[in-house]
Order: sequence, then C-alpha cells, then structure tokens
Amino acid sequence: MRKNLNVIAAYSIMMALIILVGIFQSWNIALSIFNLCLISAVMTMGANIQWGYAGLINFGIMGYTALGGLAAVLISVDPVQEAWSAGGFDILMSLWLIIAMVLIIRFILKRFNKSKIRTYSIGVIIISGILLIRFSAEPGIEAIEAVNPAKTGFLGGFGLPIIFSWIVGAFFAGGLAFIIGKVALGLRADYLAIATLLISEIVIAIIKHEDWLTRGVKNVIGLKRPAPYEVDLQSTDWFINLVEKFNSGKLELISNLSDRQAALNQLVIEGSSIFVKLCYSGLFLTVVIILLILTQKALYSPWGRMMRAIRDNEEAANAMGKNVVKQHLLIFILGSAIVGIAGAMLVTQDGLFTPGSYRPMRYTFLIWVMVIVGGSGNNFGAILGGFAVWFLWIEAAPIALFLINFFTAGMPETHSLKLHLIESVPYFRFLMMGLGLLLIMRYRPKGILPEKIEIK
Amino acid sequence: MDFLNALILLLNYIFIPALTYGSQLALGAIFVTLIYGILRFANFATGDMMSFGTMVTILFTWYFQSLGISLGVLPTALLAIPFAIFFMILYMLSIDKFVFKYYRANKSPPVQLAMVSIGVMFVTQAVVRIIIGPSDQRFFDGEKFIIKAREFKEMTGFNEGLALKSTQVITVLVTIILVSLLFWFLNKTKTGKSMKAYSDNEDLALLSGIDPKKIVIITWIIAGILATIGGALYGLDKSFKPFTYFNNMLPIFAAAIVGGIGNPFGAFLGGYVIAFSEIFLTYAYKKFFMYILPESMEPESLVQLLSTDYKFAVSFSILVIVLLYRPSGIFKGKVL
Repeated sequence: MRKNLNVIAAYSIMMALIILVGIFQSWNIALSIFNLCLISAVMTMGANIQWGYAGLINFGIMGYTALGGLAAVLISVDPVQEAWSAGGFDILMSLWLIIAMVLIIRFILKRFNKSKIRTYSIGVIIISGILLIRFSAEPGIEAIEAVNPAKTGFLGGFGLPIIFSWIVGAFFAGGLAFIIGKVALGLRADYLAIATLLISEIVIAIIKHEDWLTRGVKNVIGLKRPAPYEVDLQSTDWFINLVEKFNSGKLELISNLSDRQAALNQLVIEGSSIFVKLCYSGLFLTVVIILLILTQKALYSPWGRMMRAIRDNEEAANAMGKNVVKQHLLIFILGSAIVGIAGAMLVTQDGLFTPGSYRPMRYTFLIWVMVIVGGSGNNFGAILGGFAVWFLWIEAAPIALFLINFFTAGMPETHSLKLHLIESVPYFRFLMMGLGLLLIMRYRPKGILPEKIEIK
Repeated sequence: MDFLNALILLLNYIFIPALTYGSQLALGAIFVTLIYGILRFANFATGDMMSFGTMVTILFTWYFQSLGISLGVLPTALLAIPFAIFFMILYMLSIDKFVFKYYRANKSPPVQLAMVSIGVMFVTQAVVRIIIGPSDQRFFDGEKFIIKAREFKEMTGFNEGLALKSTQVITVLVTIILVSLLFWFLNKTKTGKSMKAYSDNEDLALLSGIDPKKIVIITWIIAGILATIGGALYGLDKSFKPFTYFNNMLPIFAAAIVGGIGNPFGAFLGGYVIAFSEIFLTYAYKKFFMYILPESMEPESLVQLLSTDYKFAVSFSILVIVLLYRPSGIFKGKVL
C-alpha cells in the first residue's frame, strides 16, 4: 500500500480536478474532458510501450491516429452502391496491381543476390508500377468522385457497427507500423524520430487527398454511434423517469405544474447529453482498463524483462541470443496498434472524420509531452500524463485568462496590451505545455510517476 | 520558336520558383546541420526559431514604415533584418543558457536534447503567436516585379511570359552571399576550422586547446543569422504565417539529411535537391508538351506525375529512399 501511495495521491488529485470542473463549470464539460483524457491515455500507453519499454522514438503517432479514424469510417459508413458500380472495378484492379507489384519485388529480393542491377530493377518496377496504377485507376477515381460529390463521392464502408473499427484500426495502424518498422527501425534514435514524423505526414497527405477513399478534406460526418442519440433519449419514458427520480427534490420545490414540466424538460435535455457522454466514458474506461491489465502483465513478464534488457543494453541482449531487430519490430507494431485503437475511439466519439484536423502539434508532440510528463516506462504514469496534460490543454485558456486579468488588474479595460493579451489567450496553452515539459525534463526527468521495477 | 517557348515555360514555372524555394530551404538546412554537427541534437524547434526571427523582422519593418524610412524599390525588411538578427541571437543564446546548457554539461544523450528542443518549440510557438497572432502577415513593400510577364512578352515577342519577382532575385542573391561568406568562414578562418574539428571529434578538439564555450556561442550566432535571414526571405517571397513555418521544418530536415547531416555544403545542395524534385514531380507538363510535340501527339491529360497535394510527400519519400540506400546522405555526412 505504502509504495503505491504517490500513485493513489496523483490519481485522486486528478479526479478531484475533473470533479471541480464539473461543479464550477458544468458536468458536460467535465465529462468531455474526462472522455478525451481517456482517449489520450490510450495514445500515451501506445507511445509509452515503444519509448518506455523499448526506447524507440515514434513521432508518427499522428499517422496511426488518422489510420484508426479511417478505420472507423471504412467500417461504419454504409457502402455507396453507385460509386462501387461506377469505379469499383478500376479500384479493385489497381489493388491487384499493387499486390502483384509487391509480390514481384518480394520474388526478386528472394531470388537474386544483392547487386546494383537488382536495386535499379526494383526502382524501375516501383516507378513504372506507380505510373501504371495511376493511369489505370484515374477513370475509376474520377467516376467515384463524381457520384453525388456533395454527399458521398467516395466508396463508403462496410456498414458495420462502429465499435468493430477499434479492432480494425489497431490492425491498420499495426500494418503501417510493420512497413515503417521494416524500413526505418535500423536508424539511430533521432533519425527514427524524424523519419517517422515525415512518414506520418505522408500518411496524412494521402488521407487528405484520396477523396475516393476518405472524402478527403470534405470530411465524413454523421458516423454511427455505439451510444444512443440525445434526441431519442429525450423522448424515451424510462429516461425521463430516471431524470425525474434524480431531481425529484429540486422539482418538488416548484409548485406550478407547467413550470415544473418546463424545468423537467430542461433537465432531460441536459441529462441526455450527460448520459451519452457517460456511455462513452464507460466504453473508453473498459478499453483503458483492459489495456492497462495487459500492459502491466507484459511489463512484469519475462518478455517485459527482455525488452528492458534490450532497451538498457542492446549489445548485451544481443549477445544473450535475443533477437533485437525482431523484438523492436514487434513492440513497434504493438504500440502503434494501441494508438490506432485510440484513433478509432476518437472518431467514434466525435462522430465525424476530419482529415484536415490531424496536425503534428496536437497528435504527435502533445502525446509525447504526456508520456514524458507522466513518466515513461510506467503505465500508471503514462495514463496520468494523458489525463494531466489534456486537462491542462483544455483548461489552459481559462487559467490564462484569470492570470491575465489578475496581473493587468491595474490597467484600464481598453488598454491595448490587455486587449491583445486577452485576444491571444488560446495560445497560452502552447506556452504552458512547453514550460511544463522543460521543467519536468529538468527537475524530474523520469516524470511525475517514475518507472519502478520491482523484482519479485 | 516553340522550343524556346517551352524553355521559357519551364524557366518561369519550375526553375525560378524552385531556385528560390531551394535557397530558403538551404539556409534552414544549414542551420539544422550546424546544430546537429556541433551541438549534436536534432533541433525540432527549427521552424519556430525561424518564425521568431521573421516576426522580429516584421516588427522592425512596421516600426521603420511608421517612421517613414524605406529603401525605395527594395523592401524595408532588408533594413530590418540586421536588427532582427541581433534580437534573434540574444534569444538563442538565452535559450541555450537556460535550457540546453544543462543537458550539454550532463552529457545527456541526443534523444533527450531533441525532446528538450520540443519544449523550446512549444514555447517559441506560443511566444510568436501571442505577440503577432496566428494569421497571415504580409510585410513586403517596394517594387514587386523586376520583369513582368506581359512586358516580357511584348519585349521579346514570345508566347510565354517570364515573370521575375524582386523577392526571388533578392533571395537568391542573399543566399549566395551568405553561404559563400559562411563557407569562407568555416574553411578559411581559425575559428571556423576549430568548429569543424569540434564537430569531427570533440575530445581531440578539447585536447588541442579549443574552447568549447566559444564554439557553442559562435554556433548559435551563425544559427541565429541563418534562421532570421532564411525565415525573412521566405516570408518576403510568400507570406508569414507561424503554422507554415512549423510545417517547413519537415522539408528542411529532409534537405539536411539528404545532403548528409553535419555537412553544411551537403545541406546547401540538399535544399535545392528537395525543392527541385518537389516542383519537377508535381508540375503539369501539358503545355510544355504542346510546344515541343507536333500537334497530332499533343497530350490530353495534364501530364502531371503527382498532384500538387503531394508536394511535401515527394520530399519525404526522397528522404526515406536516401535513408534506406545511403544513410549518410548524398554527400557523406555523419553515419547514422
């Protein structure tokens, strides 16, 4: 119990902060912060597995998040039959071409020894393959994008419940991580960081501009939900009764019957959105707990010990007969898959997919701040980092506003400096993140909850 | 005649823009490479440091404009740059003193320094946005064109116009002057040589009596000059927007690594490699082929290898290919 005291204390403070937001701002805000905290926690756990367990830097988190989101779209949206009949054949043909190209390259790599001719011929195959695919897919793509462009203009998905996409998102992200890992894992740490950052930008570019697949910057809105809709809830009897029961004390104070009905309606509207958010919280919390159990088990298993050995001394681990390259690839895939789940969860919660919103600041660097601040190598730390940093990220603006008003209290209301500062309140969150990161790295380099390895 | 028209077309739409863009990237890439070679970390704050320098330039430009000072046909920003450089150097030296020095003294691994630079990136970005705001700022004044497309057509009788913006000429000229001065400094002066020695082998350099503190300060000074001028030139040519500068960090990194990181000359050429390949691969060649091919063979499509949306993706793909096949870059930098 004693050794876990700081963990319990840290989590209690965090929960207390969120509850305070609930009391002083609104429960709606508190719950949406809480939900995004949970999603951030999943992302952080993914990054933490790679960085904390194995010492791999992955700055491509944005790419995996976006792929998870793409999975949510492809799984849940109903297929657009017209688009399939217009251009589906061409797209499938290009898919076969891609597979054929990969197989040919594999065959060449297996069959012939490494030589200049092999390298060049692979290059020629790739370039001519890309050109061939482009020209063969072009009419299909144009036909698909011409199908009702204001509403669809893409192939659609499979029309399955969106919750499946969480698993599919993991597979998408894991697949991308496999390719990136094969290509880039041999690089030294900071090059790996740059390479993954750039590759994730390529992924975003593709998602943004391949309209036939993702609708691109036209966004996909109105995705299916795993939770009930507010409008439906507001007309359901059991829900109204539930709200009535909860607020019976408050309602009884109102004597006028029509006033009471009006107050009830208001409460039902508020309650419905809180109820929906609670549904999401339940789903997300389940994911976080399952992942936490799995990652904790992995951390203390022989496999976890091996990963730490590899992280701390690659050569020694290699000499002990551990396959460093293979394990690195494995952990790279696992961590990325977890980030993919988070990406799908995020789109599920928002109900929309906006490729334009994927920016490295928000989806890569902020997640890294969470990992570093929380404590790398410690799953509880990672989750706490996700919570604390996201909380600050959202509440930074009110805090900054308060501070500005406090320090400029002496100035007149119309002073240009004061107005300018108040106008730029949204950017104080960057300042807080940066300062937080710098201070933690300087004075508590292992994070709020440092890695603790118990030998049992 | 058609052939000449085709050439002018390429010159106007590919060569001149790519040369300008490449020069801007090259300055940034030398900045990255110097920090990497001497201070030994990947500086993720590159883009934002450049935007900080540009912001100071803009503020000085506005100040001069309000005083009524101008350079006539030349943009006032040129006058503001030296003052901005001074501020930028102060900013960088203070960052180094309060942030990076501690980790250098502790001999922290490069990864940790890179992480710290992310903190600096956040702070710098916040400072820039708080001071000047996130929106587009144009601060160009003076004569916009040296040759206008229409005038060129009238003058020469070609079908194709050739436009030459003054910012393009300024960019290329300033880059040439700055880079030649820099290479002269690095290769010919004693301090420059000691910087190279320090970059090659720190311990040996210390043994031979090179003062590391001085080297670090000079590196930051050069970095400040490069960041301010590179950023200001980009802002003059296009426009200043903090988010664009942050994004520019990526092709700049690509340029530095493609050229061989730690190798300033490689970074210089890397900038052009990235810029030219981006523009070459995303330009629609339809008109070009219309000029050089007989009428019967004229292409129907745009003859564009990749759509312009993939501009950034091109440079990153080049980077990935280089990392795979020549990890030390085209011009032998440090081995990764």
